[in-house]
Amino acid sequence: MVSMMFSFEVNPTHTDHLTPPFNWQNYVDVIAEYWPQFLRSFWYALLATLFALLISYPIAYFIGVVLRDRPLIRNLLLVLVIAPFFISFLLRTLAWKALFADEGPVVGFLQTIGLFGPQDHITGTGFAVVFGLTYNFIPFMTLPLFASLDRLDTRLLEASSDLYATPGQTFWRVTFPLSLPGVVSGTLLTFIPATGDYVNASQAFLGSPSTTMIGNVIQSKFLITVNYPQAAALSILLMAVILIIVGSYVRRTGTDDLL
Amino acid sequence: MKTQWTVRSRILGIYVIAAFVVLLIPIAYTFLFSFNETTRTNITWNGFTIENWLTVCEQPEVCVAFGNSILVGLVATIIATTLGTMIALALVRYQFKARGSISLLLFLPMATPEVVIGAGLAAQFLTMGVAKGLGTIILAHTMFCLSFVVVTVRARALSLDPSIEEAGRDLYGSPRQVFWRITFPLLLPGIIAAALLSFSLSFDDFIITYFTSGSVQTFPVYIYVAAQRGIPPQANVIASAVFLLAIIGTLAYGIVNARRAAVRRGR
Repeated sequence: MVSMMFSFEVNPTHTDHLTPPFNWQNYVDVIAEYWPQFLRSFWYALLATLFALLISYPIAYFIGVVLRDRPLIRNLLLVLVIAPFFISFLLRTLAWKALFADEGPVVGFLQTIGLFGPQDHITGTGFAVVFGLTYNFIPFMTLPLFASLDRLDTRLLEASSDLYATPGQTFWRVTFPLSLPGVVSGTLLTFIPATGDYVNASQAFLGSPSTTMIGNVIQSKFLITVNYPQAAALSILLMAVILIIVGSYVRRTGTDDLL
Repeated sequence: MKTQWTVRSRILGIYVIAAFVVLLIPIAYTFLFSFNETTRTNITWNGFTIENWLTVCEQPEVCVAFGNSILVGLVATIIATTLGTMIALALVRYQFKARGSISLLLFLPMATPEVVIGAGLAAQFLTMGVAKGLGTIILAHTMFCLSFVVVTVRARALSLDPSIEEAGRDLYGSPRQVFWRITFPLLLPGIIAAALLSFSLSFDDFIITYFTSGSVQTFPVYIYVAAQRGIPPQANVIASAVFLLAIIGTLAYGIVNARRAAVRRGR
């Protein structure tokens, strides 16, 4: 409890802790210098969240609704969903790096079929970073979606088709609205950590200097160039923007009691 | 409703299988390359060997980092689970002034990106003059695990019927007896789930650890640092072994549970 109080009380104060004359100049400076990285972080996180949702929803629907009376296969698939948690996510990301490397199988294949020239890369591009983020957060998206869809009363779906709704109508007017709590918590569990992530975008992993996200900037300000005030200002800004986005998102989707 | 294998659910099934194949590729890759015949970097395939599995600690850093991860995970889990269970019970059972603000404080770490928590904690350790090391890592891990423990145990505590505890008190159980013989056993599944969750969160955490670790390396920190020059295959061995243990444990737990449920149904 105490340590938690500390970590949050420190955030507003450590700017003036370390640079005695309190000033707002830090904020102006970091916004002027790092707004592209800020925008990129939110853009990548948004893309990763959308892709993860599109990929995970059918998986969660299949396990939660289609396989409802096959507990054995169902539990096996659930274990497969959480399996990535059991192996270091850094190693998994490095595995993708090796597979996407210039001399790796994927680039080799794309070159053989002529889609890729010798100067084309996958690692170090925005695509690779968004791919890594999407991949790493799919379990965080699938589990809450599954929890919602698992509770879905399938009689409602039957009723809907009895009333001559097309499958599309049934999905958009019955299934999807009922799974909305899962969609909201899944997207939050993906979006928030993805925005602050700096592993996927770092050069030793899937990124390059052109994919630097705000997490990379905070990390290098803090641990390499030892510029604490700017690192602090960036952290506070990141947190403030996330709180605003999350707050308005939660209000719009109308699910206030997430906890 | 029996599973209806309509055309649509078949297509969905094929999609799900394809998705799982892609999702499991990196795991298979990590596993495969733990058998690679190589000494230093582990990028190209040189041939099959089980040598790496027999000489895990030949790269001493790997083993030390792994030991640190286990130690941090165990200590942080024990502290966070104990404190978290008490906080969860307090939040569910008693009305008090700070209740709302404590809930908010517990929710914040889950709504904050890890870089911000990491930088905040590191700045705090710096201003307080605490040297970074195992102690600060454990403190940081306890902090973020606590929130998840409280949420998990609270969900369980909310589903308990308070009248069972009342019955215990009516039958002249002392407060201690009521807690240890009624409340605790009923909460236990939630507490175990919370402990497992917090161990796995702590074990795989990299970002917060990197900010609070100083020169001490946990397993993820070791991999991050080593990634610049190449990961030795021994790291893959450890990751694969942990993975296999966890999967076997999960499957065994699932089978035991299923059998118990079958017995209860009277089969």
